[in-house]
Amino acid sequence: MRYLPLTAEDRKAMLARIGAASIDDFYTDVPEQARLDGPIHDLPMYQGELAVERHVAGLAAKNRTASEGPFFVGCGAYKHHVPATVDHIIQRSEFLTTYTPYQPEIAQGTLQTLFEFQTQVAALTAMDVANASMYDGSTACAEAALMACRATRRKKVVLSGGLHPHYAAATRTLCEAQGIEIVQLPAAVDGELELVKSVDEETACIIGQSPNVFGTITDMTPVAEAAHAEKALFVSVFTEAISLGLVTPPGEMGADIAVGEGQSIGNPLTFGGPYVGLFACTQKLVRQMPGRLCGETEDADGKRGFVLTLSTREQHIRRDKATSNICTNAGLCALAFTAHMTLLGDKGLSQLAALNHEAACDLANALEAIDGVELLTPRFFNEFAFRTSMNAEAVLAMLDEKGVVGGVRASRLMPGDRFDDVIICAATECTTTEDIDAYADALKEIV
Amino acid sequence: MTMNTQGRPTTPSIVANGSGSDSVSGSKGLSQREDLIFEIGTPDTTGVDLPAPKGCKDRLGGVARKDATGLPGLSEPETVRHYVRLSQKNYAIDLGVFSLGSCTMKHNPRLNEKLARLPGFADVHPLQPQYEIQGALELIDQLATWLKTLTGMPAVAMSPKAGAHGELCGMLAIRQALIARGEAGTRKRVLVPASAHGTNPATAIQCGFEVDEIKANERGRVDMEDFRAKLEDTSDIAGIMLTNPNTCGLFETDIREIADLIHEAGGYFYCDGANFNAIVGRVRPGDLGIDAMHINLHKTFSTPHGGGGPGSGPTVLSEALAPFAPVPFIVRGEDGYRLVEDMEGEASDSFGRMCAFHGQMGMFVRALTYMLSHGADGLKQVAEDAVLNANYVQARLKDTMTPAFDGYCMHEALFSDEFTADGIETIDIAKALIDEGYHPMTMYFPLVVHGAMLIEPTETESKAELDRFCESVIAVANRAAAGEDSLKGAPYHAPMRRLDETQAARKPRLKWTPPSPEAIAAE
Amino acid sequence: MTMKFTEDHEWIRVDGDVATVGITKYAAEQLGDVVFVEVPEVGASFSKGDDMAVVESVKAASDVYAPVGGEVTEGNAALADAPETVNEDPEGAGWFAKLKLSDKSELDGLMDADAYAKFCEG
Repeated sequence: MRYLPLTAEDRKAMLARIGAASIDDFYTDVPEQARLDGPIHDLPMYQGELAVERHVAGLAAKNRTASEGPFFVGCGAYKHHVPATVDHIIQRSEFLTTYTPYQPEIAQGTLQTLFEFQTQVAALTAMDVANASMYDGSTACAEAALMACRATRRKKVVLSGGLHPHYAAATRTLCEAQGIEIVQLPAAVDGELELVKSVDEETACIIGQSPNVFGTITDMTPVAEAAHAEKALFVSVFTEAISLGLVTPPGEMGADIAVGEGQSIGNPLTFGGPYVGLFACTQKLVRQMPGRLCGETEDADGKRGFVLTLSTREQHIRRDKATSNICTNAGLCALAFTAHMTLLGDKGLSQLAALNHEAACDLANALEAIDGVELLTPRFFNEFAFRTSMNAEAVLAMLDEKGVVGGVRASRLMPGDRFDDVIICAATECTTTEDIDAYADALKEIV
Repeated sequence: MTMNTQGRPTTPSIVANGSGSDSVSGSKGLSQREDLIFEIGTPDTTGVDLPAPKGCKDRLGGVARKDATGLPGLSEPETVRHYVRLSQKNYAIDLGVFSLGSCTMKHNPRLNEKLARLPGFADVHPLQPQYEIQGALELIDQLATWLKTLTGMPAVAMSPKAGAHGELCGMLAIRQALIARGEAGTRKRVLVPASAHGTNPATAIQCGFEVDEIKANERGRVDMEDFRAKLEDTSDIAGIMLTNPNTCGLFETDIREIADLIHEAGGYFYCDGANFNAIVGRVRPGDLGIDAMHINLHKTFSTPHGGGGPGSGPTVLSEALAPFAPVPFIVRGEDGYRLVEDMEGEASDSFGRMCAFHGQMGMFVRALTYMLSHGADGLKQVAEDAVLNANYVQARLKDTMTPAFDGYCMHEALFSDEFTADGIETIDIAKALIDEGYHPMTMYFPLVVHGAMLIEPTETESKAELDRFCESVIAVANRAAAGEDSLKGAPYHAPMRRLDETQAARKPRLKWTPPSPEAIAAE
Repeated sequence: MTMKFTEDHEWIRVDGDVATVGITKYAAEQLGDVVFVEVPEVGASFSKGDDMAVVESVKAASDVYAPVGGEVTEGNAALADAPETVNEDPEGAGWFAKLKLSDKSELDGLMDADAYAKFCEG
């Protein structure tokens, strides 16, 4: 077995050194009826690389990839180009095969990149501070709701009708377990400002999203003001990090907490994970933050270095009083994010954001020109919703037959019949003019 | 003769006081100085070549960013160098023994990385139509089958994104089961041993439970007398969270009885599966009477730790808890695999959704690849070699250091700081091991042992490597027993000396800020 | 003005109706370098034994209990910027809060300096 260095002689010599007769001596604490006498049945025995590769590659071959043809699926995960350098960096042994930086003297590589990551996320979101990342955008959103309840000592959370339904569901799961009331506004393409009317003196926070799940972008300043008037917090969510290069960021709208999905920068689609949750807040709230934080300090020689800090918020010290049970961040995905962001710089990010927006504008122009297509999203970045007179699932299936993966039927995320005929589609820098033409031509024939 | 005068002296000359001086560059040979990107890059630099935007009429409706991010960029070669230089300040499994107990730092096969990057997995979207991604669903289903078979459990929730997220999954399933029984309001008490990882009590609280701590006995296991006393009143018992093998590296001898008693009390048994690597292929937790257990794919099944994530924590569930599993899950039907995403029909009892999408697909591919490589026989050998290596380390160190408990251990060996001289602490030993070229053991955990040192070698260390490691540990331990003062200054040979964590916490600086004009003028 | 002590290592110094509360020198030494203190807000009321404040070192967080019941008249705001004061002068400038006592008789159960010193020797 290629991953196991011990030889039969080694094992014998080691047992002798220990003074054990056989390996079974170590398992005598196991109740007798639970001891297995041989390898578990119904599973294959060990295989060489070639055989394993054939098996797994066979499964991969059954999937239609996003690069195989025109592809317009978004809603929380986006097809972007990841520079080759990024994947090279995250495959460096010293990043890939190391642990959480508990021994800072031999983990400055990880720690400095986390410090840079935190600085980048704070700048992108225009917030004071950011943590070292969360599992993904949806869990970051749920944790933001809990954090708001801790900070305000209130137990009511209001969710907008444009919040990604998976984010809303993840937030509901976590909050309900702690007896926090969730108020969910009805799904709406352009309803983020409805939040203004839904805050009262019991509200811990209101959570809105821009661009929202229908792609609509909204200046949430009035929402933040309404929250603050009742001493509640405003949590600003985004699922498309590249939008921050062009669209008003949470900090410019008065957000107290900004959370979102960082997948778009540096991370491939990978069927939904692993991704990287971004989490930022105002300075005032920093000690209520969940997750890991990296901070600057000096070593015994006075040299600048970095450590994990403010750990007393965390489970390994606070145990039952921790701000969260979270124990990891999304280390390697955060590294991919920060490496890609470093390659981009402000200039590259602005350009990339503009290209995304232009691709979406071109797509909107092409689809809007078709009789029977009604564009629903009034202002957008790289994603929008449109309606036809037909069932969306049927439309998408017919598009698929013509080689176009046309987007997400809104009813997949918002069950019920209100959005049966609505399709949400995204375009990115990967979208070509030919892709857009193919979409428009195919849709024209269908509707 | 032909006289070639190009020859140069090739024998090193002896120089008095030849320690060299500090370099001008701040680098030392292979150890390169590397500043922050904010100090070396500019916002106008970029390492990507993108086509120029056309400048068409926008559809932003005025919702545009006012202030630029100001973030610096670097050219591609500068970027590569930045991260490669930083990488060289990290210790890693690929470099040497990473003895961090309870973290299972084993070799990460590169085949796993290669296959996770196949476009058929890396380039598929979680919301594509399901008929386009049957291979992805099939892979998840195959992994689920392996996990169920290895644990002897009937169901598994695949979406939890890390171990702690898996704990949350299991405890939320228990909460939902209690709701279904109409007892959620009364059954609030969760028993948690004092030796438990901090995530256990934190998770219980996060699910709205109350934590009641059980004592450990002198053998490092659950104190059964205390446990029975906690069950005198069973009316408010929700369950127990127990790690097995436990955080002391020991198998809980009375686990069957614990399971029976907690069930009789009307509660559920959550098993923390963080240490499943010690028993995989030899013991099925399902045979021990558990109701839920998360499996850290990044420990037992070797998906890379990546400097602190991403993890993956699929959670196996008993018949009693299976109906409450979170959405989404995969069902195999006549015409292929199908995702159940909404809480209706077969998912109407589900406790809800834990995250967007379907879990850590990238980690699933790596874990399945690892399982297929080892097979049922290889995984059994994995557990046995891990336990053998740990016991070998314990046997070699026990005369120098103080074993926390008598007898054999499972996959990790635990010592207390009793053998050290006054004034020498566990942290000094850890830092001195850095100078020896090793990643230290876990320090000060579990809390039930004073000055704890928890060493987990894993099965992927050779005997020769372990022998060298033990010689270093013994040498450092002897210095600690002798009270050698120089230990307090360690490490001396790492990229950094000991860092001031007090300063970091008192005046937190959590991001880079531009130097003030005064500071610039002072330079 | 005499100081009284609790078994949880808080001290209390009473001046008329108002008592000043902090953690003892012994506690400050045991905690190590204090990096953060959360003092209660003015107007907050506590019963004897309630969690009143939090004191943190790098690797530990401890709750400070109210030695007696009362209403907070002042919290030591200076500790926010200088938590090290708790190490430097725990029984003086490192005080946590001033309380208006609700029941003076609660002081009776507390230890005096000698008794506390013996208690710490254990």
